[in-house]
Amino acid sequence: MAGDALIELRGVNKHYGALHVLKDIDLTVGRGEVVVVIGPSGSGKSTLCRAINRLETVESGTITLDGRPLPEEGRALARLRAEVGMVFQSFNLFAHKTVLANVMLAPMKVHKAKKDEAARRARELLDRVGLASQADKYPAQLSGGQQQRVAIARALAMDPKAMLFDEPTSALDPEMINEVLEVMRQLARDGMTMVVVTHEMGFARSAAHRVVFMADGCIVEDRTPEDFFTAPRSERAKDFLSKILKH
Amino acid sequence: MNVLLDNLSLYGQGLLGTVELTVYSSLLALVLGFLMAAFRVAPVGSLRAIGTVWVNVLRNTPLTLLFFAVVLGLPRFGLVLPFTLFAVLALGCYTSAFICEAVRSGINTVPTGQGEAARSLGMSFPQTLGDIVLPQAFRSVIPPIGSTLIALAKNSAIAGAFSVVELLGVYKPLSERGYSIIWTFVWIAVGYLLVTLTISALFHVLEKRYGVAR
Repeated sequence: MAGDALIELRGVNKHYGALHVLKDIDLTVGRGEVVVVIGPSGSGKSTLCRAINRLETVESGTITLDGRPLPEEGRALARLRAEVGMVFQSFNLFAHKTVLANVMLAPMKVHKAKKDEAARRARELLDRVGLASQADKYPAQLSGGQQQRVAIARALAMDPKAMLFDEPTSALDPEMINEVLEVMRQLARDGMTMVVVTHEMGFARSAAHRVVFMADGCIVEDRTPEDFFTAPRSERAKDFLSKILKH
Repeated sequence: MNVLLDNLSLYGQGLLGTVELTVYSSLLALVLGFLMAAFRVAPVGSLRAIGTVWVNVLRNTPLTLLFFAVVLGLPRFGLVLPFTLFAVLALGCYTSAFICEAVRSGINTVPTGQGEAARSLGMSFPQTLGDIVLPQAFRSVIPPIGSTLIALAKNSAIAGAFSVVELLGVYKPLSERGYSIIWTFVWIAVGYLLVTLTISALFHVLEKRYGVAR
């Protein structure tokens, strides 16, 4: 997809000890583009996702967001993170706060939003993910799928320019996966820029503009979903697809 | 029984001295302890270094030595304060090292994902710590902080050796007046129990109130 780049990685490298998890990664995500990152576990796809908002530091290379390089630490980094929503595999809702408070907190703390304004917006977002009736419950009282939808609403409350999804459905019971994917599909239709690390091939086929296949810390293929799923070029991708598409 | 009734005001003064030392030193220790715990988990390396040095020096040297350093050392630098204030400084700083480690262990019980989620939303380090991590760490640090403050109450007896009026020091004038040393100490022990059991009860209430797992 043409258009201007929102997220840009150039020559990014990272090691965990002796393990080279990201090897010279180049990746550009355009505004409004949905990029799905797939690959075997340990291929570095989660690390890649987390590096984009610097939850993982990188050793070399540059990461720019909307033309600005990622700051090192401190307030500038916090400001930049506020512009990129993140959804985690394990939801990470604030356990000591109600669903509504979870969604309201960051706008009030970071954007200094007024309490009633933040609450109004939070209820609107909870309604959008179909959870308006659960606003006063605590996260532990919700199912995994509901918690993940709250987490998406919480990230959206900051009006992010892009959303990162780090295996958002991997910790869910099969029956709850769809309710989360449906929210994500809607988000994609609304034109949100998204980087999604997932094992959901159906979602990759139906919602992604591009599929990035990673193996052993490298981007092996970066193509449209049709091309990738019907005619993978690399042996690595063929092998991967044959294993996961069998069942 | 006579020893208590005859010298009620002496015992009262001693008890009051111990309570004062305990309360003021506890407040100082809590403030410094939380601050140092924040330093020890801060993203800034120099703050972490300050926190580590603070804890390792204070936790690993005898309290009596610290008392000597404060009472005899600080006046050398022109800082002359009432003995009670010196004692509060010594006790508070010493205990803050233990509070710091209790708080830090509590911080470690909060899943890292909680902090990551807060940071990913653009919250600063103080916001992440104050609004997300510490409230969840709080319930697991209540019992160890209670124990630490009880130790503080008992440690305050050392101040008696440095001309501060406190409970243990009551035995000196009483033994000079010829009272039975056994009963003198029994009532002193009762006084300490009063202080420490009050702390226990307070923390029991706090634990009941905030210790509920969600």
